[in-house]
Amino acid sequence: MLYFSKLRIIFITIFSFLFILIASSNLFKFDDSFFNKKINLGLDLQGGSYLLLEIDNEPVIEQKLQNLTTTFRNFFKDKDIKLNNIKIDNQNIFFNVNEENKQKVIDIFKDENSEINPYYPRFKSHQLEIEDLGFNLKINFSRQGLIKLKTSSQDQAIEIVRRRVDEVGTNEPNILKRGNSRILVELPGLDDPTRIKSLLGKTANLTFRFVTQNDEDRFGVEKLEYEDGTPPVNVSKRIIISGENLLDAQPKMDTQNNQTIVSFTLDRVGAKRFGKATSTGIGKQLAIVLDGKIISAPVVRDTIASGAGQISGGFTFQSATDLALLLRSGALPAPLEIIEERTVGPDLGQDSINAGMIALSIGFLLVIVFMFVKYRFFGLITNFTLIINLFILLGVLTLFEATLTLPGIAGIILTVGMAVDANVLIFERIKEELKDEKNNILAFDGGYTKSRTAIIDANITTLLAAVILFFMGSGPVKGFAVTLGVGIFTTLFSVYFIARLFTSLYVTKNKNNGKLI
Amino acid sequence: MIAFNKYYNHFNVLSSALIVISLLLLIFKGLNFGIDFKGGTLIELRSTDTKINVSSLRDKFSQMKLGDVSVKKFGSDNDFLIKFENKDNKKNIIEEIKINLDKSFGNNYDFRRVENVGPKVSAELLKSGVIAISLSLAIMLIYIWVRFEWQFSLGAILALFHDVIVTLGVFSLFSLEINLSIIAAVLTIVGYSMNDTVVIFDRVRENLRKYSDIKIFELTNISINETLSRTIITSATTLLALLAIYFFGGEILKGFSLAMILGVVFGTYSSIYIANTVLVRLRVSQKTVLREDDSN
Repeated sequence: MLYFSKLRIIFITIFSFLFILIASSNLFKFDDSFFNKKINLGLDLQGGSYLLLEIDNEPVIEQKLQNLTTTFRNFFKDKDIKLNNIKIDNQNIFFNVNEENKQKVIDIFKDENSEINPYYPRFKSHQLEIEDLGFNLKINFSRQGLIKLKTSSQDQAIEIVRRRVDEVGTNEPNILKRGNSRILVELPGLDDPTRIKSLLGKTANLTFRFVTQNDEDRFGVEKLEYEDGTPPVNVSKRIIISGENLLDAQPKMDTQNNQTIVSFTLDRVGAKRFGKATSTGIGKQLAIVLDGKIISAPVVRDTIASGAGQISGGFTFQSATDLALLLRSGALPAPLEIIEERTVGPDLGQDSINAGMIALSIGFLLVIVFMFVKYRFFGLITNFTLIINLFILLGVLTLFEATLTLPGIAGIILTVGMAVDANVLIFERIKEELKDEKNNILAFDGGYTKSRTAIIDANITTLLAAVILFFMGSGPVKGFAVTLGVGIFTTLFSVYFIARLFTSLYVTKNKNNGKLI
Repeated sequence: MIAFNKYYNHFNVLSSALIVISLLLLIFKGLNFGIDFKGGTLIELRSTDTKINVSSLRDKFSQMKLGDVSVKKFGSDNDFLIKFENKDNKKNIIEEIKINLDKSFGNNYDFRRVENVGPKVSAELLKSGVIAISLSLAIMLIYIWVRFEWQFSLGAILALFHDVIVTLGVFSLFSLEINLSIIAAVLTIVGYSMNDTVVIFDRVRENLRKYSDIKIFELTNISINETLSRTIITSATTLLALLAIYFFGGEILKGFSLAMILGVVFGTYSSIYIANTVLVRLRVSQKTVLREDDSN
């Protein structure tokens, strides 16, 4: 165990220096891109906001089922089958058909190449499940159907979230999917997420619809409230134009009455529809509805054919800016709810870094002094190894551009405390060997060999705990698992290569000087 | 040589009592779950005005009707930690609070940290925390079962349960908060306790092979003594590192490092007085380890 070939010594030296160099790239600037890596600081250290959003898919499912009923009705009409008493209840569609057509309808839904019930060829599961309840038929989304629906609404939502966050202009936001109905937003450096939260909290579903007096509109009528508390009015369900028709929206100052407004331009289809509606509807009130509330309902005075218009509604400049931003970035497919929020101010982050560094220095110092007092020369070897170990650990974290969190720093300090364990196991074993063995070389060799199983066992148990923590933990705790786990490998390397190398050099030179430890 | 084995019975009684007391505490008093596992809102507030203190903050917050509110000093004199249930899960609660506080305190305060955990997320975090701890215990059990004979596994696992239960018992007794970092600490304790036990067991097994005429009662004592200086040095350096975190690492790491300190102390104790006594009680002998060798 004490013999090292020259090649091995060179390898160990190069390896150690390489990682020390990589670790030091956190302090200096290298031009070379390989050395230009840095350890990322977690949100708890650099300050910032962590928001976990959940998509409320219920309205999406309802809407989708609503659309499907129309599709089914038309599809079966062509086949001369009439669907009766169609109703949607609790995410199910119920309907009746004549007894002689029942099996036919079920067969169409269960056909592997069904036109109206897709997915089977690809997923071996249909989008929809049909069940014969005797008096009527029930249709609902299959598991696969629901998953597809959720992932597609997640795909849309994450795009809109990204646009909104980008528009606000925070630095390097991190927007990720979580599961199939959640979105994680990390905003480094942002210490007040109020505005982002309010922007993400709005679906921004914009529609222009006429206010009607009679309840007998062909498309149906609903009573809607005003944003500012004006008594509610009846609004037709017919949508003249919606947010999808907008090309651009900007906040503006209306010079005539000194009001902040949002001006918008429409796409070709929208302009055409808007022009037609304003020409036939002169004198009527056109309600501008955002997320089910009326912003304002101006009276149409002229035909607007240019495809440009404006929304007024007693905005402040800030609220007009936000509305314009929401309209530009588009509507979310479903409402989002913020189910977890963690925000750390930058000064607390800095305080945590300072405290972590002080604790690390003091912990390190205590361990070093303790080891020196206990083992003298071999304590020095252990301490030197510990320093290199620390650099290699930082080097590995830098190389993988790992994220360092406050618990992560605790993991490093803990590694310092536990790293000496392997060396202690070896030294104590050597001491025992020296009781019966006069030959220093043989005693040291025996010490290394006989302590090996205990060292490996002991490190594997800690590593197992770190791995579980890595997969089960979240955020800052994950950072702890990373430093603890990586620390085990760097510790074993530095104990078995660096410390052993120095020990072997010393022992071979002083083999005849009596008991060395 | 220290006669550890003289006190095997005494400490077994003590450990059993500690476990029973801890379990009773956990069942009847329960744990003080933080917002990570209970849901709710946490605000760390720093003031620059002496008018802002625990009682004035408590007044202000209880006026806002946020459910259960707790206000505590947090480290220094002008830092406060405010926690409340946020029962109705109100959306813009933080903004409302700011407006309210502005009225009374002006600009003389600052939110340094805000955490808001919804009921769904907290339930999930609790579930994954429990799974993580159970999983780690299970994996340790499998590992030790593969590496050692079953008598050793039983000893190690009992020691492990002892450490986890008693550490949680202390947290229950003093109503210390359980949050995500405590789960991390408990998992690390599991790793550390196992580590400590394994090192002694390794020596016990080695000695069992070496000496056929020494009874397990003596043999465990010899093994404990042989590994004693390692046990002391490693726990000492680990404790030094943890004490540094506890005293200098800031308020956020206090609970974590305290849990770890307790765990290291209990872990070291249990390796000696629980793990080994199980071997004695199960009458482990040279045959136990040799039989295993034959079958391999």
